[in-house]
Amino acid sequence: MSDPVTPLNHARFDGYVTIAEAGPTGMITLRGDLADPHLSETLHGVIGAGVPARGRAEVIGDNTICWMSPDELLLMAPRSYVPDALARIASAMGDRHHLAADVSDARAMIRLQGRALREVLAKLSPADLSPAASPPGTIRRTRLAQVPAAILFQGPDRADVLCFRSVARYVFGLLSNAARPGSEVHRTAGAGNPEQ
Amino acid sequence: MLILTCPNCGIAADETELSPGGQAHLKRFGPGSDDSDFEGYLFLRDNPRGVHFERWRHAMGCGKWFHAARCTVTNEVFATYSAQTSEPPQDVLDRITARRPDWQS
Repeated sequence: MSDPVTPLNHARFDGYVTIAEAGPTGMITLRGDLADPHLSETLHGVIGAGVPARGRAEVIGDNTICWMSPDELLLMAPRSYVPDALARIASAMGDRHHLAADVSDARAMIRLQGRALREVLAKLSPADLSPAASPPGTIRRTRLAQVPAAILFQGPDRADVLCFRSVARYVFGLLSNAARPGSEVHRTAGAGNPEQ
Repeated sequence: MLILTCPNCGIAADETELSPGGQAHLKRFGPGSDDSDFEGYLFLRDNPRGVHFERWRHAMGCGKWFHAARCTVTNEVFATYSAQTSEPPQDVLDRITARRPDWQS
């Protein structure tokens, strides 16, 4: 099989926050009734955890499960696992109302690393990105400049930005510009101001 | 700047994360209705100075529709509530009446 080509070809920018495209990631959109215990059970079998709480993301080893909306989840796993996972979801869910689709090629994932990443993101989004409003483990769907994006806060100095593949270059440009050395603001609460 | 809390995902969303959907709780007049009813449904909207009920979509977020009750003069938001209703719930009306005692629905 041919190798997957990531939207940005592993682009990287070293600013006061490091912006780098994450490697190929398998992504499955799963829609259905999130209150259905059968769905939760299926997820336990396929990915190792049930439906996360509203606005939260759960990391289980190499897999992540994100709450995207009241009827939508995003499953992230190694790319090679996606066909198997889809088959297992289809057989476990059977005729029950659900939709599972491989969206690995429809999205881009850009990783931010550095203590000031919340400041860089806050330059581009109207959302409250303070650690109090969005602690690690939160997935916040918002807007980066002109396009929708989801920010997955992984830890104090790491966040992943998910966006559509068609705007990957645009989002990478935005983030790189916002992280340009010399453009530090030192304003965001908890952004890790090195001078404090 | 308007901040509305989406009742579907609980996020306090900025106006720029939302798409406006216009006046809420319209009654549709479709085929078979008379011309003046159809005209009213299609073209004529309230433009109140004060309490207003609106539809919004959390476009750059969970993607779901919801309703908001706000004051067009002060931008005070009285409540946001589910889109799956054809009229404002009683608790929303009570909250508006508490803030605007002379208000008539």
